[in-house]
Amino acid sequence: MSTEEVKPKGPGAAVAEGRVLVIGGGVAGIQASLDLADAGAQVYLVEKSPSIGGWMAFLDKTFPTNDCSICILAPKMADCFGHPNINVLTSSKVIGVKGEAGKFTVTILRKSRFIDEEKCTGCLECVEKCPTKVPNEFEFGLGIRKAIYIPFMQAVPRVVSIDREHCIKLTKDKCGVCEKTCKRGAVDYEMKDQEAEIKVQAIIVAIGFEPWDPTTSREYGYGRYPNVYTAIEFERIINASGPTGGHIQRRSDGQRPRKIAYIQCVGSRNPAVGHPYCCSVCCMHSTKEAMLAREHHDDMESTIFYKDMRTFGKGFNEYMERAKRDYGVRYVNSDATVEENKDNHNPIVVYDVAGKSEREEFDMVVLANTLIPRASSQELAQVLGIPLTEFSFFKSKDRILHPTDTSRDGIFLAGYCAGPADIPECVAQGSAAASRAMDIITHHSAKGAHAAKETHATKEASA
Amino acid sequence: MSEDIRIGVFICHCGHNIGGFVDVPAVTEYAKTLPGVVFATHNLYTCADDGLRCIKDNIKEHNLNRVIVASCTPRTHAPLFQGACQEAGLNKYLFTFVNIREHCSWVHMKEKENATKKAKDLVKMGVARAALLAPQQESRVPVEPSSLVIGGGVAGMTAAVSLADKGFQVTLVEKENELGGMVLILYNLYDGGGDPMAMLKPLVEKVQSHPNIRVMLKSRMTALDGYVGNFRATVQRTDGSQELQLTVGTIIVATGAIDLMPEGLYGYDLYDNVLNLTEFELLCKKKELPKLKSVAFIQCAGSRGQKVSYCSRICCTVALKGAMKIIDNHEELMGRQVVDGKEQVVEKIRVEEKAAEDIADRRRRRRRMDEEREERPAAAAAPADGGVEVTVFNRGITTYGVDHELYYNKAREKRVRFVRFTPERIPVVGREGDKLTVTYWHETLKTERKLQVDMVVLSTPQMAQPDSRELSQMLKVPLGQEGFFLEAHVKLRPVDFATDGIFVCGTAHGPADITESVEQAEAAASRASIPMMRGYVQAEALTSTVNSDLCTGCRTCEFTCPYSAIAVDPKTQKAVVTDVLCKGCGTCAAGCPRGAITMRHYTSQQIEAEIKAFAECREA
Repeated sequence: MSTEEVKPKGPGAAVAEGRVLVIGGGVAGIQASLDLADAGAQVYLVEKSPSIGGWMAFLDKTFPTNDCSICILAPKMADCFGHPNINVLTSSKVIGVKGEAGKFTVTILRKSRFIDEEKCTGCLECVEKCPTKVPNEFEFGLGIRKAIYIPFMQAVPRVVSIDREHCIKLTKDKCGVCEKTCKRGAVDYEMKDQEAEIKVQAIIVAIGFEPWDPTTSREYGYGRYPNVYTAIEFERIINASGPTGGHIQRRSDGQRPRKIAYIQCVGSRNPAVGHPYCCSVCCMHSTKEAMLAREHHDDMESTIFYKDMRTFGKGFNEYMERAKRDYGVRYVNSDATVEENKDNHNPIVVYDVAGKSEREEFDMVVLANTLIPRASSQELAQVLGIPLTEFSFFKSKDRILHPTDTSRDGIFLAGYCAGPADIPECVAQGSAAASRAMDIITHHSAKGAHAAKETHATKEASA
Repeated sequence: MSEDIRIGVFICHCGHNIGGFVDVPAVTEYAKTLPGVVFATHNLYTCADDGLRCIKDNIKEHNLNRVIVASCTPRTHAPLFQGACQEAGLNKYLFTFVNIREHCSWVHMKEKENATKKAKDLVKMGVARAALLAPQQESRVPVEPSSLVIGGGVAGMTAAVSLADKGFQVTLVEKENELGGMVLILYNLYDGGGDPMAMLKPLVEKVQSHPNIRVMLKSRMTALDGYVGNFRATVQRTDGSQELQLTVGTIIVATGAIDLMPEGLYGYDLYDNVLNLTEFELLCKKKELPKLKSVAFIQCAGSRGQKVSYCSRICCTVALKGAMKIIDNHEELMGRQVVDGKEQVVEKIRVEEKAAEDIADRRRRRRRMDEEREERPAAAAAPADGGVEVTVFNRGITTYGVDHELYYNKAREKRVRFVRFTPERIPVVGREGDKLTVTYWHETLKTERKLQVDMVVLSTPQMAQPDSRELSQMLKVPLGQEGFFLEAHVKLRPVDFATDGIFVCGTAHGPADITESVEQAEAAASRASIPMMRGYVQAEALTSTVNSDLCTGCRTCEFTCPYSAIAVDPKTQKAVVTDVLCKGCGTCAAGCPRGAITMRHYTSQQIEAEIKAFAECREA
């Protein structure tokens, strides 16, 4: 910004001296970081993957406006990375926390990218030349990537990483093509993981969720029947920047489907798999996916099998009504399981209507598999010394009046890691956690000022 | 023109969004042929890090002094590209946006050739305009470190405490004579949340004792002018006895919601023992439930297409709370009276009588009915000799997330009966003898059924406050279709308004539970803190300017300006613009009969150049 420095006075002065750690670079963490940084505090944003953006960066569109997800998020990612008060630490994780509110000492492990972040321009010439192809985990195995890669096209920062497990230079000391290709000398095979220590007054936890793997629930056939997809896979294949360039294709034969079934509550509202809760977003994202599929192809027929349609947010019920009316989406109130027609790999959905079992053949099935706390929650909770709920969400100190506070003073929660939430809720919680972090800074600065005054007074008295 | 015009054009594929329907390389080649263009290129995502870098690098490399991005919408992306220009040392008003997505590729998905042609035309028009752009400057305005919070419910109180704890002066205005809002009428909180008053009390005490908070009860804001950093609000006691002028930097709207009165639905105005959720809650609180043997809840009463189009989010959980409270505690909640020296349980809800004064009052107030009401026959209740059967008629139970859903499971364990209905076949409430009946269609058995009940509770939606429109006009912020306050962006700016310095939280924004209201309140406090912590805001650069030589002082501009930003100086008889109030809408410029007003960045010459370029396209 070209604006000149103005020293804030009053409440702003304390926050301008503040430092906060935000763990997780999804939309909740980004919002928390931006609010704190805009208010004047210094923020360390620690993200374990090579790019900030979180899950929202992988979605095609967002309900209930069908806004392009990355299009509305990309400016925030860029603002966040470019903010003079935000220090974005990607490929990093928090491994130690000592101290207390107002004076935490945090140890951060910065995993080596084997790339000098300052030098890499993101031209991706090295990626083109790299001979090693691996399944792309950022496309959920639907596409391939190279051993040197950026996780997705709109990644921030746009800096490549070398995958230490697959790079043949790092594993077998062969190749070295990327180093030769890079005109800026950014590749460094000797680069080591580093530990950094920072001091902060407050910590915000916003590590998000992971989709539950439905392979173990055999009734849906995921992993066995090629044309059964998870919702996030489907988000990628209808996405222009996804592995199929936005063409909806079947895994079995590359043909485009005409009839798609969406099955709700896969792994959620199901105590048998340990998730009796509702993930609170699947009804809406399946409705959205059905609408988008119809936008891709006029003759697309979509059926959603549901337990209860939960269209509880602003404009959600109207959105579902629009899906029925304008997009011909059919809603069937039934549990559903999947079998397969062995001849053509068409999934067959088995469901009940008025107590009668029905079988219906589809070209593709999309499972609304539930979203669960990250496996790393346990470890992080231990590092931070804060409790989890019985379902491994981070636990609020007071569910009703202080939902963002944890039992440890100075550590706050935002986003799905504290319980199911959609994007605007995550954003609001990001801001809310930022507000609570500002309170810690203000409080400790006032205490500090008070202490300083007292010291001063003592000195004067002794002099 | 003396200046050497050097225009750079950056055309975006927006992945498939533009690139799938517009021949972007062809548009790029075409741009290179346009007058003043010295550089043109295309990017997969101009808004991504590399796209922005591409703009910055080429400004330097080609010494560009005008930049055009042809991509999506300036609404979300202009600040980003302007920022890139600024970082490369170019005044951000030398940037212009051409929208070839919403205005072109998205509306011409099935005609690629024409879409490409139109994209070329749009770029040509942008280039013609860009050549005439001039640099503009923004000024800074100081921000008063104080806030006005409108509404003293949980959301408003939470926001007030949050801001006050940060060191800002807060004035909290509540129209009732008590803090607490909707929570005041609750008997209990769901899922072991405990006594609402016990939860509320510490918060109310904190608000009342906080040195940075001034509470004004029985008061409302009656006038507002000014702008972010420097709002001047008039707050009046509702009885008109007192008036106060305030200057505040930011405003938080937390005016809450009301419940729907389901008139004309399910016998609500025909039978005594038909209540809405709020009335039921009040009866429990007052311990005045009648003898109950069987109770029906009817969900979505008035919502999801009946009277309003939305789902009210929390009424399923509230109904479950009611159902379980009846099953667990109805003995305790029943009203008792002494008849012939013996204590008896009241037989019916005496809505129009003294015992349930609050409800009667409420109904009278809400219906604004002065005429005498017809004396209605009472519905008798069954003897309370054991368990109560509770049936919840629903269109799907919306208990989202963890806590609500587990609560639903608990309700099922307690044998609450759930019967589903569709909007095509809704239950009908009637009366047979002294019993209420609910006649419904059994979906599985495909037959009509009848249930005798003692009480029907209608789960009615939360509704926007009736005075929201008035307040929204005062604040110059929009309401959504359903009358709730409309945030700046449904996904990414949930508590902001498009108008700077004003924020929204709680049920004023839409149906929400206490936790969600609190989260939004903290969020609004964070957002409001930002300009107050910084101490300044940057004012709009694109304002109107008056050519005094042409101005005749006719005051047309003064009458048409929606922001009171332009007025005729009585001394000079010439129009004068207050820059910080001007939003750059252009109404004054369009209305001026003498053409004396020019909009910065949207001059007549610039617009004419665009139109001429368009005409040339048509001729060609």
